[in-house]
Amino acid sequence: MSATVTGFLTDSTLCIGCKACEVACKEWNEVAEDGLDWSGYSYDNTGALGASTWRHVKFVEGQPLPGLGGNASEHFSWEFSSDVCKHCEVAGCLEACPTGAIVRTEFGGVFVQPDVCNGCGYCVVSCPFGVVQRNQKDGRAFKCTFCYDRQKVGLKPACAQACPTESIKFGPLELLRVDAKERMKQLKARGMDDAQIYDPQDTSVDGLHAFFILRGDPRQYNLPPQPEVPTIYQKAGWTGSAVAAGILAIGSILAFLGSAKR
Amino acid sequence: MSDSLQRTTPEHTDWARENRLFEIRREAEEKGRVQAIGIRPPGAPFPVASPETGYYGIPLLKQPPWKWEIPSYFFVGGAAGAAAMIGAAAHWTGRDGELARDCRYVAAAGAIVSSALLISDLGRPARFLAMLRVFKRQSPMSVGAWTLVAFGSFSGAAALAEVFTQRFKSSSVRIAGNVAEALTALAGLPLSNYTGVLIGASVIPVWNENVQSLPVHFGMSGLNSAVGILELMGHENRALNTLGMGAAAIESLEGLSIESRRKPEMDPLKHGSSGLITRLGGLLSGPVPLALRVAAAFAGRDRARKLRKVAAGCSVAGSMLTRIAWLRAGHASASNWRLPLQVEGPKART
Repeated sequence: MSATVTGFLTDSTLCIGCKACEVACKEWNEVAEDGLDWSGYSYDNTGALGASTWRHVKFVEGQPLPGLGGNASEHFSWEFSSDVCKHCEVAGCLEACPTGAIVRTEFGGVFVQPDVCNGCGYCVVSCPFGVVQRNQKDGRAFKCTFCYDRQKVGLKPACAQACPTESIKFGPLELLRVDAKERMKQLKARGMDDAQIYDPQDTSVDGLHAFFILRGDPRQYNLPPQPEVPTIYQKAGWTGSAVAAGILAIGSILAFLGSAKR
Repeated sequence: MSDSLQRTTPEHTDWARENRLFEIRREAEEKGRVQAIGIRPPGAPFPVASPETGYYGIPLLKQPPWKWEIPSYFFVGGAAGAAAMIGAAAHWTGRDGELARDCRYVAAAGAIVSSALLISDLGRPARFLAMLRVFKRQSPMSVGAWTLVAFGSFSGAAALAEVFTQRFKSSSVRIAGNVAEALTALAGLPLSNYTGVLIGASVIPVWNENVQSLPVHFGMSGLNSAVGILELMGHENRALNTLGMGAAAIESLEGLSIESRRKPEMDPLKHGSSGLITRLGGLLSGPVPLALRVAAAFAGRDRARKLRKVAAGCSVAGSMLTRIAWLRAGHASASNWRLPLQVEGPKART
């Protein structure tokens, strides 16, 4: 367990929206096809990550202003960003899993062992990013494996390997964090003032192993401003549970003590 | 082509469009430039991703993956857990031996039905065994699975001991049965309400918003339904009636609390089909049985018995509806893309 902690830095400023990562991921991991529906949401016909989608390219299309310069960048924006399981530092799915099927690998990734998962579905309602999903056909939960099999033998994950622009960078997490800061300096120097790193380290998620460089507000990329691990609600929950148990136990005994013998 | 040619012939002149050409010419002459809105393509405005509209309004969170089995399990487990405690109390205080006996059977039957429901949700019996690989304190699902296993074993033992004691009058079996009964009650306490923690400690906004009150809500709902089931089985007991009154009173307060909080997270409990079921379930769990039981206190003997029976039926139905409502509310809440993105929507409705 002494392998380096690895990460993904997905740099949206370099993404060209080719979806090579989506294709590479599906082919390498043999993820089932899930139909093709025209969504009408720009060039995104995938929609969201899920049991059969472990990489997902988002097409963030802004409101065009017709008649005022057509495609001029000041009037129209079109960003691409490849989304993936965030492999949170404190992962909601991992905390919630009752079987121990979801584990932290030696590379720091969050991995669902398919032979252990029993399909209880609790991880699905515990992921603040809506990544993991139950496969309706076999009932178990699936998500990005961080190409655990490839990493084991020293290979890059399939998506990073297939990315033609190095928008998906893979490497030691610490180095990627440094790279991201360097890249931000570069972008700011070029006048790209709306670029930012998305890596919520000040929430209970405590940082991501797959983090992003984005342009503009993370919310338009369906990234929550304040993701929280649901474990934080448990203290209040178990307190409520203790109160309820107390009412039930004491109430029952008192009710019978107060009644006549039959 | 023929279309546009036709339009230009004098008898087909579209004067609105012709006049627009004159307007453009006038504006160009007067201002030196033309301010135009351009052509609005058919189907416009197109979906947009922005800080105000999110990612085309695609929900960030996934829907809870559970179907009818899980709310049914919440109901059955809640009733069985509470029944175990009621039975133990009836036994320990020496007030009602028959009730204590039936509680053992209700608890054991509840444990069997609960397991069947969970296995049906998982798909295969062997999958339930995977729950028993590890014990994880930080996973309410794991805590709950072990609680159910403990409850199932103890309640089964207690019920079997009851059967044997009646047949063979063996004091060692009776003592073992009493120990099992106490342990069943102990496991029944968390079993009756942990499901509130289970859904409360999740990312679904309407659930985690209520994480503290949900276990009390579900626990009292369980007590309410346990009392109802035992009364419908023919038990006439003042203590049961008192417990039913207490549960209905607390459920009424919970209903008031839900209705009085105005937050967008609470919307699914008040609007749409989930809101309707929440309110119907709330009325049948709280005010209706409470009023019936109070009325029974002032009615004649036969009439009081009938009123209490109706109250019992309402409580059981209300308890089941309440669990269905909370699951449905969870679905509605997960579809609301605004909440996790912290985008302000239309004002929270009352």
